[in-house]
Order: sequence, then structure tokens, then C-alpha cells
Amino acid sequence: MLERSPMARLPDQALRWILTALSFGILLLLVYFFGKLSLESVDVFQHQGILSFAFSNDWNPSQSQFGGLALLFGSVATALIALVIGVPIAVATAVFIVELCPSRLRSPLTILVELLAAVPSVVYGLWGVFFLIPRLRPFEQWAADTFSFLPWVGGPVAGPSYFIAGLILAIMIIPVVSAISREVISTVPTDHKEAALALGATRWEMIRTAILPYSRSGISGAAMLGLGRALGETIAVTLVIGNAAVIGHQIFDQGYSLAAVIANEFGEASAVPLYSSALFACGLLLFIVTLVVNGLARYIVSLGDIERRVERARRSERKSAAAPGGAA
Amino acid sequence: MSDPKPLQDNPMTQDPDPLEPHTGESAAEDFASSEVPELVANDSEQATPAGRRSHTITTQGLDAYYGDNHAVKNVTIEYAPNSVTSMIGPSGCGKSTVLRCLNRMHEEIPGAYATGDIRLDGMNLYAPDVDVVAVRRAIGMVFQKPNPFPTMSIADNVAAGLKLAGIRGADKDETVERSLIAAGLWDEVKDRLSHPGIGLSGGQQQRLCIARTIATQPNVILMDEPCSALDPIATLKIEDLIHELKRDYTIIIVTHNMQQAARVADLTSFFLQGELVEIGGTDQIFTNPTDSRTEDYISGKFG
Amino acid sequence: MSTGILPPISARRRRTDRLMSGLFYAATGIALVPLLLIIGYLIKEGASQFSAAFFTTDPTGNFAGDIGGIRSAVLGTIEMVAIATLISVPIGIAVAIWLVEYGKRSKPAAIIRYLIDVMTGVPSVVFGLFIYVSLVETGIGGSGFAAWKGSVAISLLMLPIVARSSEVVLDLVPNGLRESALALGAPRWRVIATVVLPTALPGLITGSLLAVARGAGETAPLLFTVQAAMGINFNLSERMNSLPLEIFNDVQSSNPAVVTRAWGAALTLVLLVLAITLLARIVAGRSRLKP
Repeated sequence: MLERSPMARLPDQALRWILTALSFGILLLLVYFFGKLSLESVDVFQHQGILSFAFSNDWNPSQSQFGGLALLFGSVATALIALVIGVPIAVATAVFIVELCPSRLRSPLTILVELLAAVPSVVYGLWGVFFLIPRLRPFEQWAADTFSFLPWVGGPVAGPSYFIAGLILAIMIIPVVSAISREVISTVPTDHKEAALALGATRWEMIRTAILPYSRSGISGAAMLGLGRALGETIAVTLVIGNAAVIGHQIFDQGYSLAAVIANEFGEASAVPLYSSALFACGLLLFIVTLVVNGLARYIVSLGDIERRVERARRSERKSAAAPGGAA
Repeated sequence: MSDPKPLQDNPMTQDPDPLEPHTGESAAEDFASSEVPELVANDSEQATPAGRRSHTITTQGLDAYYGDNHAVKNVTIEYAPNSVTSMIGPSGCGKSTVLRCLNRMHEEIPGAYATGDIRLDGMNLYAPDVDVVAVRRAIGMVFQKPNPFPTMSIADNVAAGLKLAGIRGADKDETVERSLIAAGLWDEVKDRLSHPGIGLSGGQQQRLCIARTIATQPNVILMDEPCSALDPIATLKIEDLIHELKRDYTIIIVTHNMQQAARVADLTSFFLQGELVEIGGTDQIFTNPTDSRTEDYISGKFG
Repeated sequence: MSTGILPPISARRRRTDRLMSGLFYAATGIALVPLLLIIGYLIKEGASQFSAAFFTTDPTGNFAGDIGGIRSAVLGTIEMVAIATLISVPIGIAVAIWLVEYGKRSKPAAIIRYLIDVMTGVPSVVFGLFIYVSLVETGIGGSGFAAWKGSVAISLLMLPIVARSSEVVLDLVPNGLRESALALGAPRWRVIATVVLPTALPGLITGSLLAVARGAGETAPLLFTVQAAMGINFNLSERMNSLPLEIFNDVQSSNPAVVTRAWGAALTLVLLVLAITLLARIVAGRSRLKP
């Protein structure tokens, strides 16, 4: 009748089974991942206490002190500097490519921006050390002196610093943030743009009223992904942050980061169980931060998702219409 | 696997009554084997080697759902063999859903399912042990938007049905030529069979899709608004093609264009809000419909 | 130009428009300046190193005298990245196929997508740690550091990139094509193999190439899993040299010649990665699928 032999059905079932197994393998892998890291971190957590590890500022491995606040601070500070510098430039680039530049330049410009991502992080770090730090030092010193009334600006400029690390990270996140922003901006419906232009808006006004609000959550999502990248970057930061486990007060001070400490001190630590446990704990902390940042990013992006927005608007309409004395 | 029966022994050509259930069994046997029935490969046959095949398809109490949405309600309909039955009605009336239930494409949508009886030559397509893939080999479908496979040449596109259904042993060139002739496209493309299928114009692409569908010699051809994406000249060509094809196939066409139904269909069925309102000869439906709702739709009071 | 009956646009608005346009131009320029500076610097410092000997001799590890070239580093990178590609690309594409064809919008699929995103964000150093503790310390497959373990670390890095980009591309395949194939009576696996994958192929290649570019440039995972050996070593169970490690180590040397070699190696690595990225772009240009 209208049947196929069991043999004929085999490839379909086999394929489905294999693909599902591989996909759920990812879940298992990450669970194992998390478990392994946690296991290795148990020693230092018992010794130091979890909260103390994360929030006390006392990184002194030779005396078995593992308060990692300075590391956490460094990771966050450099990432924030990267966001402040990198996101506006990346978004501006995205807007430029999609809206403003001549169409024949679009492709080459896109490729050029993406080439920024092709530079290996170790090369960024080296360029930072040998080119950027010496070249920028006079300027940094001038800025530190002139703008010392601003918080966190001032003091002597040694060379490696939060600022340089943040700057390099900014350059490294431009391709990611720009690419996603470009995607988001190009999905703005032409109708919206034309509506603004038809009202007599200038180009910039159209961008400001039709494009940016529509793309807000998508761009925020892009920024969060950039944040994730900045928090996790290792080699480039290690080379230019100065590797001083203190909480600096000026952006031109030297500092440290979670990722950098792992790369730098793993060699020494491998001989000392408590020390290496501490480094694993840094890795675990980084992993958790990644989980959180990613979850946040998705949530923020979903807020702007058009379907959700329409759904929410409809729901609140229904609610206000159903309320006593609601709108007609 | 039974051998495909040579044409002389085929009960279908001997039996004058096309609705004989026996007919259905040989058709099913043809599909149980992995070879194209000799009906196709036999060179001694003329331009319409399918001969006087005719297949019936009927539904009984068909209900279709998209999740909780009860889209098709208790539809019982008998499609006439070797003729064109059109399904008309306003947007959202369920006509496309009914069509897609016939070849069990409806259930491909997540959360969608159908209950009821659909019988092809007497065999229940929704019986528990029936394999969906086998159903689709027996029933062909032409979609609204022409979609030749972009990585394949014209010839490969036509033969794709054979390849995808795992049918081996058919003479590919012969099949391609026969199908393209039957689809009225042969003259236009015979010297560029190796060119990509997507290089053709919209109307030609749709005829290519039709050729692709008939290459596997389905029992029934379903058409879901096949001309709505085409210009009037291409539309006319395809309507002429449908006239030709109905000699060998049972054709069911969904259309939102009443004039097209009037031009092309022998029987017309009118659907409204998931129900079958009326079915009858096309002339009768358009000049003297029984149901007032049909009359309102035909005369343009809504739609 | 007289505007006649048309209301004039205020000069202020016009100025703002021009100012903002100028800012956008400037921002794009600023974004590109580092690229030019880096490449320029690398060429200036490293191009002098390029010679036949540079690419055909191994680093000797000598402090003075003949320091050798970077052959083993180049070969090592190629080897390890190739293995990582063989691991991550099939698995990544398989997961993408599952997400698009089977998982679709279900809850499990959403979770897997989230996890893949997370994997993209995990710092490479953490992957290095993970592989260290699960493969190196435990001594699986022989002694501690080994090239294949480095490959596994790199493949963990590449996997989410391949999976994510492949998913996007597979999703772009119009559903009408799948339906046509199904309606012709094709079993699911045939629909995927004969219609979906070939149509998506250029995009799949692009995604994989971009992942390769990323994998070739990473240092951190290698620090914990491979370390480096000086000579050529095709034995995947032992330490192997690679370009990022070579660069990282050489640049800290007190011998200026060795430091210069690091620049040559850096230029080589950048050119390698740039070439792969450009290749990916060219392949993407041939794709028939536009979003």
C-alpha cells in the first residue's frame, strides 16, 4: 500500500538521531565545562571564601591571599572604556555604511571594517606595546594634566594603563558591534524612512527619528556582545595593562584583569594547587559573567523585537479598554 | 518489489470503469517498487503515454487545525477524475488548507494537524501505517511562487522529482523531454537544458515546475494559485496547459481569481470560513448558484 | 536658489545635518585608521624578514648566531587549525541543520541557541583552562601537552562561530524550496542533502572560513595545551610550534634579532588571516541567498 519499507525510513531516523545527539551534546559539554571549572575552584573558595575572592582587594599569591577585586575591577573598567569609545564609533560607521556612503563604497568599506576582526589579538597587543604606548604617552600626559579636574583623569602616565587597554579593546570590538548594528539598521522598513523624509526631514533628522529609535534595542544587543568580547579578551590586554594587581584611580594607571592574570600567572601557578585553583576561579568568574552578559543582551534585543512590541501594545490596549471607564 | 506491469496487461487500460478500486492497487504497486512504471519508459507509447489513467480523490469529514485554530470544518468533497476542479473563496476560507491536506503537506507546519478521511483511489491517506513520503510521490503539487531549485539546471530540475523520490532506472533524458513537452516548455528550452533553472522568466519557471511535477507521473496534481505571481500572457499559457493536462491527470486548483476558475475548471467548489458551501459544474455555480452565500461572493458583494 | 512658495529649511537645521554627516564620515575614517596603522607598522617592522630562508628554516632556539626562520611555526599553525576545522565544521553545520530543520522554535532549540551564543562569548583563555584540566592534566592520550589538544581547544572556539553563521544561512533558504522537494515525495534527509545544503553552500563556506580565520589567530588556548616546540613536528601527540606562540615568545626575547623575527611572524600571521577572510568574502559574494 502507501508504505515505504522500514529500510527506506532508516536514513531519516538516523539523521534525526545523530543531529539531535550532537546538538544536545553541546548542552552536555557546557554543563561539564561549568562543572569542571567549579570543581577546580573549590579549593580557593574554601580557603578564601567566595565573596572574599570576588570582592576583596588583596591579590597576593605568594602569601596565599586571593582577593580578586582588583582583577574584576580591571576587567570591568577596561571593558567600559572600550564601550564608551568603541560603540559610538561602531554605530556611526554602521549608519554611515548603510545610509550615507555612496553605494559603490559600501562593499569595500564593509570589508575594511571586518578586516579589523582579522587581526589576531596578539598582534593588537604587540602593536599596542611597541607603537601605541610610546606614541600616545605625550598626549596622555597632556590630557592628564589639562583635564585633571575630571574624575579618574590625572596622575603620572607610565605607559601601560587601563586607558590603553580600553582603547585597544575598543578597536577590537568595532567590527562586531558595527556588523550587528549594520544588520539592525538595514532592517528598518523603508516605509518608516520615507515617512520621515516625506515630512521634510533632513537626512540626519530622518536618521534620528526613524532609524535610531527603531534600532535601539538591536544596537544595545550589539553593544552587549561587544562588552562580552571586551571582558574576555586576554592576550591583547595582558600586554598593555601593566599587570599590577591594584585598583587604579586614574585611567592612566596600570591595572590587571581576570583574563590577563590567568594568561600571565598560569605558568607559576601550576605548581601550587591553591594558586592554580584561584586562577580557575577567575576563569569560572569570567564564564559566569559571559553567561549573564549574553542573557542580558538577548533580553534587551528581544524587548525591541517588533512582534513582541506589537503584542505588548495590543495587550495594554485590551487592558485599558477593559478597565471600567476605559477608552472607547 | 513487483515488476512494473507492461501496458497491455495493465488492468487500467482494460477496465473501462476508471473508478474500479482495482485500479488503485496497481497504482500503489507501482509506487511500492522503486522503478518508474513502464508506462513512462515504454517508448512505443505516443505523446501521452499515461494513457487513460484516471484517479479519484475524495475527502470525508475532513477537519484541519493550526494548533487551536479550527481552520477547516467537516469538508466532504469528491473531486472528479481527469478533470479540473477549482476551489474558490475569500482569503482565509480554508481552500489552501484543504489542498495541502490532500498531499499531507499541511502537517509540515508545526502544530498543524488534520483528522478525517482522504481517499486516493479508495486508499485512506490518513491511515495510521501510511507513510507521508509515499503519499507525496503519488500526488503532485505546484506552488504559488515558482521555485525551481537554484543549484540545478533545467534538465536536473525536471528530473529532480525522480532523484528526490529515489526512483532509479528511468531514462533521464527521455523523461525530461517528455515532461517538458507535456508542460509546453520543450521548444523554448530544448537547446539550453544545462542552463540554470532560475534563469528562466517567471512564466517559464512555473512551467518548469509543472514539468518537474509531472515527471514523476503523479496520480493527482494539486495547484495552489499557480498563476497569481505571473503576468496575463504567462497565465494564459498555463491555463492552456491545464486544459491539456487534465486528459491524463486529475487536477485540483485553488484560485482567488473567479474568472480563472470560470475559464479553466469543469467543477467548482466554493469555500467560506472553513466550510464547503457548494460544489457543482462551473457553469452552474457561476450562473445559477444554489446557496445565497455563493451568489453573494460571485457577484462581488464581499471577498 | 529661490524657494518661492516652498517653506525654507532653516540654516540651523541644514548646518546640523552637515555637521552630523561630517561626524559620521569622520567616525568611519577613525575606525579604519588603526587598521592602516597596524598593517603599516607590521610591514615596516616585519617585511624585511621575508626571505626564502625565513620560511624554510625552523627556529633554532639559539640565543645568538643563527636564530632560524619560522617554518615550523607556519606548518604548526596550518596543521593544528586544519584538525580543528575538521572537528568543528562538520559538528557546527550538523548542529545548525538540527536547529533549522528539526528544532525550529521549540524550547530546547532556544536553549541550544543561547548556549551557542554563550560559547561565542567565552574568553579563549577559559577554553584553554578547560582543555588543560580535562585533557592535559589527566594525561589522556599520552603525555601532557600535545598538538591535538590544542586543536580541540581551537575547535571549541570555532564551533559556535560555524554553528551560528551556518544557522543564519540555512534559515535564508526559502521555505518554498523545501516544500517543493517535500511535495515531490522526498524524505527529509534528501530534502536537506539535495536541496537545502547545496543552496546554502557558499554561505556555509564563508562561515567556516571566518571561523578558521579566528582560530588561526588565537594564542591563549595554545598556551595551556600545546606550549611550543622548536622543530618541525608532525606528531600530533607532542608539542608543536605555532605562529601565535612563536610571536608571543619571541617578542619577549632580549635579542633584538629575535624580536624582529616576531614581527615577521606577526606579518605572516596577519597576511594569512587576511587572505582567509578575503576569500570568505569572495565566496559570500557568489551566494544566491540574500537576506
